Amino acid sequence: MYSNKVLDLGTPAPRSTSTVTVHIDGKPIDVPAGTSVMRAAMEAGVKIPKLCATDSLDAFGSCRLCLVEVDGRKGTPASCTTPCEPGMKVKTQSEQLRKLRRGVMELYISDHPLDCLTCPANGNCELQDMAGAVGLREVRYGYEGENHLVGQKDTSNPYFTFDATKCIVCSRCVRACDEIQGTFALTVQGRGFDSKITAGPTDFLSSECVSCGACVQACPTATLMEKSIADAGQPDRAVTTTCAYCGVGCSFRAELQGNEVVRMVPDKDGKANHGHSCVKGRFAWGYATHPDRVKAPMIRDRISDPWREVSWEEAFAFAANKVKGIQQRYGAGAVGGITSSRCTNEETYLVQKLVRGGFGNNNVDTCARVCHSPTGYGLKSTLGESAGTQDFDSVEHTDCIIVIGANPTDGHPVFGSRMKQRLREGCGLIVIDPRRIDLVKTPHVRADHHLQLRPGTNVAVMNSLAHVIVTEGLEAKGYIAERCEQDAYDKWKAFISDQKNSPETLEEHTGVPAAEIRAAARLFAKAPNGAIYYGLGVTEHAQGSTGVMTIANLAMLTGNIGRPGVGVNPLRGQNNVQGSCDMGSFPHELPGYRHVGDPSVRALFEAEWGVKIQPEPGLRIPNMFDAAIDGSFKALYVQGEDIAQSDPDTQHVQKALESLECLIVQDIFLNETAKYAHVIFPGSSFLEKDGTFTNAERRISMVRKVMPPLAGLADWEVTVRFAEALGFPMHYRHPREIMAEIARLTPTFTGVSYEKLDRLGSIQWPCNDAAPDGTPYMHEKEFVRGKGRFFLTEFLPTPERTSKRFPLLLTTGRILSQYNVGAQTRRTGNKIWHDADVLDIHPVDAEARGIRHGDHVSLQSRKGDTTLRAVVSDRMQPGVVYTTFHHPESGANVVTTDNSDWATNCPEYKVTAVQVTRVAVDKSDWQRRFDEFAQQQEQLAERAQEVKK
Amino acid sequence: MNLPKLVTMANQIASFFATDPDRQAGVASTANHIQKFWEPRMRKELLAGFDAGKCEGLHELVVAAVQQHRAQLEPIAVG
Repeated sequence: MYSNKVLDLGTPAPRSTSTVTVHIDGKPIDVPAGTSVMRAAMEAGVKIPKLCATDSLDAFGSCRLCLVEVDGRKGTPASCTTPCEPGMKVKTQSEQLRKLRRGVMELYISDHPLDCLTCPANGNCELQDMAGAVGLREVRYGYEGENHLVGQKDTSNPYFTFDATKCIVCSRCVRACDEIQGTFALTVQGRGFDSKITAGPTDFLSSECVSCGACVQACPTATLMEKSIADAGQPDRAVTTTCAYCGVGCSFRAELQGNEVVRMVPDKDGKANHGHSCVKGRFAWGYATHPDRVKAPMIRDRISDPWREVSWEEAFAFAANKVKGIQQRYGAGAVGGITSSRCTNEETYLVQKLVRGGFGNNNVDTCARVCHSPTGYGLKSTLGESAGTQDFDSVEHTDCIIVIGANPTDGHPVFGSRMKQRLREGCGLIVIDPRRIDLVKTPHVRADHHLQLRPGTNVAVMNSLAHVIVTEGLEAKGYIAERCEQDAYDKWKAFISDQKNSPETLEEHTGVPAAEIRAAARLFAKAPNGAIYYGLGVTEHAQGSTGVMTIANLAMLTGNIGRPGVGVNPLRGQNNVQGSCDMGSFPHELPGYRHVGDPSVRALFEAEWGVKIQPEPGLRIPNMFDAAIDGSFKALYVQGEDIAQSDPDTQHVQKALESLECLIVQDIFLNETAKYAHVIFPGSSFLEKDGTFTNAERRISMVRKVMPPLAGLADWEVTVRFAEALGFPMHYRHPREIMAEIARLTPTFTGVSYEKLDRLGSIQWPCNDAAPDGTPYMHEKEFVRGKGRFFLTEFLPTPERTSKRFPLLLTTGRILSQYNVGAQTRRTGNKIWHDADVLDIHPVDAEARGIRHGDHVSLQSRKGDTTLRAVVSDRMQPGVVYTTFHHPESGANVVTTDNSDWATNCPEYKVTAVQVTRVAVDKSDWQRRFDEFAQQQEQLAERAQEVKK
Repeated sequence: MNLPKLVTMANQIASFFATDPDRQAGVASTANHIQKFWEPRMRKELLAGFDAGKCEGLHELVVAAVQQHRAQLEPIAVG
């Protein structure tokens, strides 16, 4: 449950804008119409005892503890289910009410173990609090009768226990699972006295439960209890911070004992998550103190040498000398850096500043290169700003949702749950995905249309949707005339109306029945508010940027940009992808998406930084690899990114890394990239530093230090000290000073400050004089670029083709319990759900190859091969296989190619022609070489420890 | 840099802009995109390959872009 120090108003706030006045114990209070008597009382500072009510769930009215008296009404209604009415006079305390409440509590306690002193909820138990609040002094019924006091505790879940003996069957857990998470994994089994909460026939671990923690949060007793609290005891302080996993950017209360985190609890006031969480943010934070953490800087001359632990000073001097020496020998452009989408805005800003100012070139890039760089390009071209248009709350006003190339329930689970809430209210849903993702059919949600396209045909499907809308006259004519460039639209209209873009013509490419496309197009075009949500299934294609443009085109065509409930919504993969892009991490752009070729922009930064900035774009990550192999790129500073595991065509990446004379890795673990490094700067986790993250809705949220950096320096301090060693001093005493500099130099951030962030909780940029409190949705009256521009988006099939040798298409993605390269989640209890990557294959393809569930299979492409275990699944369509890249030894990216998006070089992870064959061995040659190299590097790292001893 | 890869990348850019019925606009957009997003050594390599007749299979829009917008594609001399 929440800490009992957090005020719980009992029932959710209604959405009404009109108010009513009621009198609670003689005290008048104005509340929105529809407010419950309980909430009104709580808001007036009058506490009403309660057990089954909590303000995150709809009122239920089962515990009968919150009874009140209302003038002119018979009986004692439950205050949680009684709405306020004008002039209502409510009495919350009377002798009759006290008797009734004590009677109710007496019954509860007569069937509850009296082990409060040894109970993990001791000090933070609502049942205990309510017993005190109602003045319970005796239990007249005794404890000998029939009861539920004997039972096995379910400890199967790695993070929490279920102890039915402590359950009061208030149903808060069941309702949390239903209403908030939308998984419907829990139920009340039996009736009356036999009622009990169950997660299924066996236990929590084998149930449908996704471990989001909502039930644990909702439980008023110790029935559902975090194991970390059972082990450590109740926290003594809490710090509000922001999750470091996906781009939803949930706000959390880090609850601590001293400097030790004992629990992460989603923040009810968090504007991105409104008190909800997923298994990663809520529970998978143990990696921060995992024994594998790198705690001292290390250096070596060659990657075959043992590591040597050194002081920070020696490490900085060593790295700076290497970089300067390389620049003297090979030129200023022979070095570069990569910023991290897992680090803070301030830290990414500093790395790009160091590259541009300290290295003297623009060879800086970020991991958004391999995920959402097409979003930046596509949305800037069409709408004028490289960002999503809405806030997450917008979905509450949507009438029809398109989800394309995204799997929100796995990749962005907290927003996925929000989306499901709206879908359960009747919102239309069109899923465009080669796989049958959960949203297609999940409890009480069923997609109106699942356009199960062939990988690589997004543009064809989107064009055909637009074709139907235009040729059937369903476009928003007035909106287009007012808001969009007429010439560009006319040109586009002629293009899209052509028969070549009809669903019938494109069906041979997409594999989607034309009638299904037509029906989906009509549904979306006719919805009052239509919104499009997309992910890497759109961007990671040879036509990734074109795909983003088709989305912007469709949104403009239907008049769906500029108000709540609509919009173009890129779901960002990592916590700070949006922020790292905003902060000038791309080689062609300074902070605020301004091209380095613009002398007036360069002048601003040159004046602030005291250096000249080069006017030419720098190398992008794939270009850095090519240049390294070619011999013109020799040193790389990588902050918080594991390119050796995450980037495509692993063997090409390995060759590039081996070609470097100096690789500097700043990370919390010795990751795959670190095995090729010459310098290790220990990184700091999100718990060890101050700063900000910016989520997928442009929301800037505070990251607050809750414990000291394990290696002594926060990441921003490391970059500052490294820059100093390079002769490019930076003078910051705290990240707030870095943000102040960002605000001075970036028009969309001029109103942002730590003081304002503390005051408002979070801010969505643009935040400036025109929008001092931020901008929940963009392009309200006009587009940032003025008029919206339609782009011609011809479908051009990817060069990656199937053949007799490679007849299947591989597409890759991620799952709920693991996060990207898995460096964090593999070092937590989440391993229990996914301890190895597997290959999903359709039964038809499996049968044709004699493959059974669990067999070892070889996955081969034109680039390489690896071996995985097969999972036979009809989630796939015939001809398409799927895997994840969470475990380095799986080698998913040994197979992927160097094909990339035409505009941005974002790799085409989503389409690789492959063959799958059943094999007797469990490892490919590459995997054996990987094991050997990994073992060698581990030994070299261990020798550093031995030298230290 | 790997010249065949640069040719492929340039051709991809040209293929996008080739859909513009205004060919000259497509040529200019191709040149502009390469200039705005390619690091100088990539452009230098492409131009050198073009001059040496080594850019086999170069899209006709890239050919036109190099011919008509050569100055724009040349790396800026760093002072």
